[in-house]
Amino acid sequence: MKVGAAEIEEVALGAAVLGTGGGGDPFIGKLLALDAVAKYGPVEMIQPEEVDDEGLVIPPALMGAPTVMVEKIPNGDESVGALRALENKLERKAVAITPIEQGGLNSQIPIAVAAKVGLPMTDCDSMGRAFPELQMTSFHLHGISATPMAMGDEKGNLLILETIDNVWTERLARTATVQMGGVALIAIYPMTGAQLKKACVKGSVTLSMDIGRAIQSARRKGENPIDDVVRLMKSKILFRGKITDLLRRTTGGFSRGEGKMQGLDEYKDQSLVVEFQNENLVAVRDGKVVASVPDLISILDLESGLAITTESLRYGNRVVVIGSPCNEVWRTPQALAAVGPRYFGYDVDYVPVEKLGS
Amino acid sequence: MTLRVGIDVGGTHTDAVILDNQNRIIGAEKVDTTEDVSTGISDALDLVLNRSSVDRREITAAMFGTTHCTNAIVERKRLAHVGLIRIGKPATVGIPPLHSLPPDLRRAIGDTWAIVAGGHEFDGREIWQFDEGATTEAAERFRSEGVEAVAICSVFSPVNATHERRAEALVSEVMGDAPMTLSHEIGSIGLLERENASALNCALVDVANTAIAGFQESVKKASLTSAKVFLTQNDGTLMSVDYARKYPIRTIASGPTNSMRGAAFLTSLNDGIIVDIGGTTTLVGAIVHGFPRESGVAVEIGGARTNFRMPDLVAVSCGGGTQVEVREGEPPRIGPQSVGFKITKDSYAWGGRTLTTTDIALGLGYAEIDDPNCSADRVKDAFSQAAMSAAMERIVGIFEDSVDKMKTSADPVPVVLVGGGGIIIPGDYYARLRGISKVVRPDHFQYANAIGATISQASGEVDGIYDLDKMTREEAVAKAKEAAITDAVSAGADPSTVEVVETEELPLSYLPGTAIRIRAKAVGKLLI
Repeated sequence: MKVGAAEIEEVALGAAVLGTGGGGDPFIGKLLALDAVAKYGPVEMIQPEEVDDEGLVIPPALMGAPTVMVEKIPNGDESVGALRALENKLERKAVAITPIEQGGLNSQIPIAVAAKVGLPMTDCDSMGRAFPELQMTSFHLHGISATPMAMGDEKGNLLILETIDNVWTERLARTATVQMGGVALIAIYPMTGAQLKKACVKGSVTLSMDIGRAIQSARRKGENPIDDVVRLMKSKILFRGKITDLLRRTTGGFSRGEGKMQGLDEYKDQSLVVEFQNENLVAVRDGKVVASVPDLISILDLESGLAITTESLRYGNRVVVIGSPCNEVWRTPQALAAVGPRYFGYDVDYVPVEKLGS
Repeated sequence: MTLRVGIDVGGTHTDAVILDNQNRIIGAEKVDTTEDVSTGISDALDLVLNRSSVDRREITAAMFGTTHCTNAIVERKRLAHVGLIRIGKPATVGIPPLHSLPPDLRRAIGDTWAIVAGGHEFDGREIWQFDEGATTEAAERFRSEGVEAVAICSVFSPVNATHERRAEALVSEVMGDAPMTLSHEIGSIGLLERENASALNCALVDVANTAIAGFQESVKKASLTSAKVFLTQNDGTLMSVDYARKYPIRTIASGPTNSMRGAAFLTSLNDGIIVDIGGTTTLVGAIVHGFPRESGVAVEIGGARTNFRMPDLVAVSCGGGTQVEVREGEPPRIGPQSVGFKITKDSYAWGGRTLTTTDIALGLGYAEIDDPNCSADRVKDAFSQAAMSAAMERIVGIFEDSVDKMKTSADPVPVVLVGGGGIIIPGDYYARLRGISKVVRPDHFQYANAIGATISQASGEVDGIYDLDKMTREEAVAKAKEAAITDAVSAGADPSTVEVVETEELPLSYLPGTAIRIRAKAVGKLLI
């Protein structure tokens, strides 16, 4: 199918929900993608099965601070520059573009790149949500190397990284990103079509479009989209309430915080706390954990159903909190060691959201 | 004895009130808003001055709250031709300036812009050397194209405004004393939103001058020889004429804020919920430390995304003129249609055929209106007690729900009820409202807007990013507070009375803990 202006709007809305509070506000990414398809035509979206086993597939993305992204907007050439630099290093040309993170603004970057270079984009990603670190991908769990990797900035700097493992990739790339001004456009995890088919999280672009379309349709009718979103993501409603307290502090380069909420409607006498670090990570209702990472915890505006990023949370916001099961790939012991609550520093053992108290 | 007069121009009415220096209400009058706005202002002034018989020479200040600027943007009328210079190459080129404005608004302000090299990183380092030649060239092109006002927006100028100031100097060499807006004085982080806000600020330059001239003229006509003119701004505080000329965009949204601050003032309630019931809509807001709680979402003005702080408001389609539909075997439906202020023609009690919320209050005997044309019997004869009671329960339920939305804790809160439509929540219900500790309906509730405009405070606000490599957190907070105080003084506050009322710290995600965003607000007594 073709991904054009209408689909870009849908993806932006849906990816904001999948972003679980992180991944950055898709707005800027959306404008860049809209601009690209307006100039170069819509993008062909294909299923991973359709990619040639031997073909080269490259995920493009933005890494860095969303705050910087809304201020130092990209010039639009950086990500193609990184893609070309990686292709030159590999002495091969890509046959397809794949998203790496379908939560937040990285849902838009692959569309813009695919439009500009005239390649198809696959209906998949490597997370099914947003995660903060480069090694937190299904690609990594399947043993695919993140490097060789290219990083570019708006000034024209290009870096090629080759590291001994993907954790080193995150460390070195993160430092370079800060020096580049807090944001870098990257081309990373080069892989074959065969590797993509085994390692990817399937159908995530379609899911984000379905969520986006449900939100748009409900809003047009003046209805609340929450029920449709819950159905599409197989979620549970964890809470309805108002934000009564927000605490934020910075430790080790990532902002950590918590939002406290007082209940509304059927949650009237209850309270909920969401612990976050860019993404929402643990939800505790009246002292009991009701959801934790890698499951998806999304905070949506009570009236409109639109997702709220952790940066945008404000005292007094009226919200609904939903918990959705993550992709199966995150539920193995190996994966949980990399992305479970303990990795993020919370003394909580992961239990799938569908099994936690109702 | 010094007196102040406050005038609020609303959609339907223009109100004028006179307060003395003990903040006692000496006079309050209301006239219909006129199309040219100024006539209504003069009429309201004349009426309140004559009826109160004050000595006009004792009036030292005239405060104006108006919708001139909001209307101009929303209607796309009387906007100046703006030239925008964005300083940010090689970055930012991916999204052209003004691109995110609605096309008709972009056209209405001339769609004239340039992008030049320069701008800063989040930590204040230069992205690129500032291009003076390109800036001068842009200014020359602007001048030849008839640009009237220039907005300058540089990447991360809230952190480092050096390039904006250098550009200002170059542009004034070419364009003389054409009004200019430097974005770091208007908005905070968010390039597109700050650009939009700066461009709109420039676009309002003629509207602001016309409005101010009109106010000064009406003050002269009314022989208020000692009165200085002030305008109300977004948070309900006031600004001097000079400050208003520089920042006309700060008058947007002052209407609802004035009414909330007026309500708080009338009841001495610094923390609570304000419910303003109008003819068609009810607006619910929260007062925290005497100021309206601000909304967290990006604010749209006339469809343009900006990064202004506006009051957090819930609007409900239920006012004094809202239609009630009695349905057999089903709960009654309230609104959203309303007869508005045509209530004295269309409502049942006035002989019309539309059942309104006011009719319900009258029909149940909860209220009386002193008007020979109004008779509660007309309602009682047409509707059963049961039907009217069911409608009243529903109306009260809507009221309770909307207050609940604004509360941030489970504890019952005090509510101040203002607005002409307050009659629809009967006094008999005050003691038993869900989640509400008490309802206060102050005298002069229908003048809350104008009164809010007359509370003489001026404020300043700053929202910047501070580099913790260069200073400690305490030093950064102190700098932010100082900047807020300076801003309050330039708005017109008496320096000896200025206090910082609020600070907020937001660490920036994904950056090594060295950058912190601090917002600070300072308020002081207006220096008259």
